[in-house]
Amino acid sequence: MTATHPLVRCSHPPADVLRRDVHVLDPRAPIDARHDVRVRGGEIAELGVPEGLELLPAEELVEGRGRLTLLPAFFDPHVHLRTPGQEHKEDLETGTRAAAAGGFAAVIAMPNTDPVLDSAPLLRSLRDAAAREARVAVGFLPAITRGLAGEQLTEMAELRQEGALGFTDDGEPVQSAGMLRKALQYQRLCGGVLALHEEDRTLSHGGSMHEGALSAALGIRGIPTLAESTMVARDAALAGYEGGRVHFQHLSCRASVEVVADAKDRGWRVSAEVTPHHLLLTEQDLRELDTRMKMHPPLAGEDDRQALVEGLRAGTIDCVATDHAPHAREEKEVPFEQAPMGTTGLETAFAALHTGLVLTGALELGLLVERMTAGARLFDLPLPLIATGEQANLTLLDLDAEFLAGEHGWESRSDNCCFAGRAMRGRVLLTLAAGAIVYRERAFSVVAA
Amino acid sequence: MNHLLSIAELDRTGIERIITQAARFAEVSDREIKKVPALRGRMVLNLFYEASTRTRSSFELAAKRLSADVVNFAASGSSVEKGESLKDTVLTLSAHKPDAIVLRTPWAGAAELVSRWCGAAIVNAGDGQREHPTQALLDVYTLKQRLGGLDGASIWIVGDVTHSRVARSNILAFQAMGARVTVAGPPTLIPRRIEELGCEVRFTLDELDSADVVYALRMQRERMTETWVPSLREYATWYQINGRRLGPRQVLMHPGPVNRGVELSGDVVDSPQAVITAQVEAGVVVRMAVLYELLAGAKEPDPASRRQKTAPQLA
Repeated sequence: MTATHPLVRCSHPPADVLRRDVHVLDPRAPIDARHDVRVRGGEIAELGVPEGLELLPAEELVEGRGRLTLLPAFFDPHVHLRTPGQEHKEDLETGTRAAAAGGFAAVIAMPNTDPVLDSAPLLRSLRDAAAREARVAVGFLPAITRGLAGEQLTEMAELRQEGALGFTDDGEPVQSAGMLRKALQYQRLCGGVLALHEEDRTLSHGGSMHEGALSAALGIRGIPTLAESTMVARDAALAGYEGGRVHFQHLSCRASVEVVADAKDRGWRVSAEVTPHHLLLTEQDLRELDTRMKMHPPLAGEDDRQALVEGLRAGTIDCVATDHAPHAREEKEVPFEQAPMGTTGLETAFAALHTGLVLTGALELGLLVERMTAGARLFDLPLPLIATGEQANLTLLDLDAEFLAGEHGWESRSDNCCFAGRAMRGRVLLTLAAGAIVYRERAFSVVAA
Repeated sequence: MNHLLSIAELDRTGIERIITQAARFAEVSDREIKKVPALRGRMVLNLFYEASTRTRSSFELAAKRLSADVVNFAASGSSVEKGESLKDTVLTLSAHKPDAIVLRTPWAGAAELVSRWCGAAIVNAGDGQREHPTQALLDVYTLKQRLGGLDGASIWIVGDVTHSRVARSNILAFQAMGARVTVAGPPTLIPRRIEELGCEVRFTLDELDSADVVYALRMQRERMTETWVPSLREYATWYQINGRRLGPRQVLMHPGPVNRGVELSGDVVDSPQAVITAQVEAGVVVRMAVLYELLAGAKEPDPASRRQKTAPQLA
């Protein structure tokens, strides 16, 4: 019942670019070969054999020489842009600039802002602001319950008419099964995915890290993985019973993956996402109590990490989401237990996963590209595709470029990245969103005609 | 040793070195003039974010007996209540160039954090529920005085292990000195996987008679509000160390302050098995030894030695 297009488009003018002899990889097209690619008027105008297309007047030229790789631009269904109210952490401009720098052409923003995004007028004004300020396309998930308080549904139908992609109480998860059931029933009227941050607060109980040997040794209150998995099980069953559609956010443990696999076997309409940090890091990475490693859900054990990688590979987990959660330096520069939860992730997502999963042989590059774009489909949006006539949402990368994450600073306003300083391979050089150049790596020049 | 942040940084030799030094200072405490000029002109800053009379005054006394200047900074009634962050407080106080900062906070890892922000030697006087290394050192000292050595001794730590930094530091220190450690308490107050620190776990005191040393932890009344145990009365029924449970040859320890009638019955506190006041005495000489080791002859701190890291690799 959406009346408005749910993604807000940025107003950057489309560029005319010819990419000569780039390696084009799109597992859905499917395409995996060297090509010339012409972008014109916001669309992919032409695909040709390498060195086969003529440079047209006023067209920018990118020389790939077979060494650069062109992918469909990524889609992130879970970011915190912090507008309104927390612009000292991030705003629509800086957050989407970080997205563009990470090769993303579209993101979905969470509603745990100040005030909470829970009303149609606020959604309208945010969409207006995004149309002015955002580099890449932005969709919004307003709250399921007013003020994220878990007590009263938002006006979901009106919000859908104003362009809500779905709903979430991310950050303040719905504790009451009865409340979530009402949201699922109401979903029959208004549609829209219910995206769920799964955490039983009586089990997480103010904890700061994964419950395990390390939390026992450090005397830091632990969060057992079943704080998540029991809620995933509960809500999968509710969705099954009501025939509703739910999406499980940032899975963090084996038990949750197993519950999602079971729910899918039963034919329930569930999907799931996983973050790069849960795919690559474990509780062992927070031995030094680096607050950048503190996030919800907490980094769990190695067995959990492996289950997440396998779940992503097998498709039990549908897509990658960064849960990009910027916090100001002074907010994170405090003792671990005092620090807020969250890590930034947009700028490092691809390189981290390429380095940690693809180059180690755990995941094929094509499958990673599929999982970093699949989020669009889960929210009923068109998937990016590299084919003639398709909208030009493209990311150009140098897969061999090595760098240290954050060595030249960040596009995000915040620098609380859990991967900061890590050696990575696979650098984004150029990102096109709807044909517009929204990111250009500093040292990377495009040859003008 | 640049800082004392965790017992884990000390091996048996390191612990014994401090204990031996403490024993030398103990002789000084028996003299008429109890002061030595070892740290004259040095400044020790006590920075306490939690109420603590005993630990703070013990450190203060230790520093004064070494002739150091002492400044006490308590978070309550200070700039902290006006919203100053830990970092800014530390940076501000560092402007006075303290040689050592004795730090007590309710947050795990805070001592490490502070050690990266300033050049002073940091002594962890309790960081959240994580560690309290000088308590462990004074407990080892006390036991050595009493037993001669800890090798092969069976030590039971009884009570609220979950919320106890004393328990965590003591498990490490007692084991480093060759003792076998068992923790016992209600299952709600024994953290999962604590046995991976090397200790045994019991949920009853049925085998308490096998212990050479019984170390009772303080049962904090505020734990009742979160229903960690059904009532103090039921806790005392199952876990109180009393005349019935404590054998005549067992040594009884407690970090203080004691809740008489809860974790300890009044009669055992006053019994000859109890070394609780000896622990308090040991506190001063052990803290003298720690400050002496950190500061006596210490060079200017070398900022280049801090924070040297290579880029970690992914997966």
